[in-house]
Amino acid sequence: MATTAKPRIKLPETAKTGEIVEIKALIQHVMETGNRRDPDGRSIPRSIIHTFQAKFEGETIFSADWGSGISANPYIAFYFKVPGPGSFEFVWLDDAGVTVTEKTPFAVS
Amino acid sequence: MRVRHTKKEPFATGSIKVSSRRDVLCTGLAGSAFLAALAALPGLARAAVANDSTGRSPAFELAYRRLLGESDPLADEGIKLELPDIPENGNTVPFRIEVQSPMTPDNSIKTVHLLSTSNPQPMVATFHFTAQSGRAAVAGRMRLARSQDVVALAQRSDGKFLVAVRQVEVTIGGCGN
Repeated sequence: MATTAKPRIKLPETAKTGEIVEIKALIQHVMETGNRRDPDGRSIPRSIIHTFQAKFEGETIFSADWGSGISANPYIAFYFKVPGPGSFEFVWLDDAGVTVTEKTPFAVS
Repeated sequence: MRVRHTKKEPFATGSIKVSSRRDVLCTGLAGSAFLAALAALPGLARAAVANDSTGRSPAFELAYRRLLGESDPLADEGIKLELPDIPENGNTVPFRIEVQSPMTPDNSIKTVHLLSTSNPQPMVATFHFTAQSGRAAVAGRMRLARSQDVVALAQRSDGKFLVAVRQVEVTIGGCGN
């Protein structure tokens, strides 16, 4: 994956069971569309993150299929109803077959 | 060698000061008419890639029909698509989609599709919600190659579709898409 930096996840520090929280996730990636040409006129092949998954305790809670119409360094924000304490796993899959996984524990007050 | 000095006409700047409000208004109108003429030009260029009068590409129509099947979507049934009217840059246009719906296992929003009507590829994204989602809302950033309609299509757990359409004026197109 054409990315070097760690993905960034934004979560509330803590939440109550049953509360709906917003989760924000950002990763660095060129998201090359496949529509562009290099200076010699050769087509630049598509290279995008095509799938994003958010899991909680191993279960998928939200996912997204992305096309080339998603901007470079894709950002996503979505919601989650907290069932209790546990740990998140965020997964990005790209065209080159690279997978980036980020794990975050989550405390409940 | 003679050097000719050009002197600033004292009334050149003065004339601006004395110009009446009406004069300023008239130049303003002429200016906006010129801008309107400019804005019409991309529209002409757009006609070359889109077949119908709405500026929607055949690829979009195909993708849209494939998602909907035989059904027709319900318009404005609690689905909201937020986009800037005139984004600064077509490469990163923030979007937010929210569907007013309970998120219980038997009554919820399953998926939300985001489509562009005249990008090279019409399918921008598909979002899958679950019973743990809490709210059927999502935000992100998209590319827009030119001014066009953006379409959000949500599918409820009963199979019905809800649609929202927003027109976006793009001055700097998202390069390559």
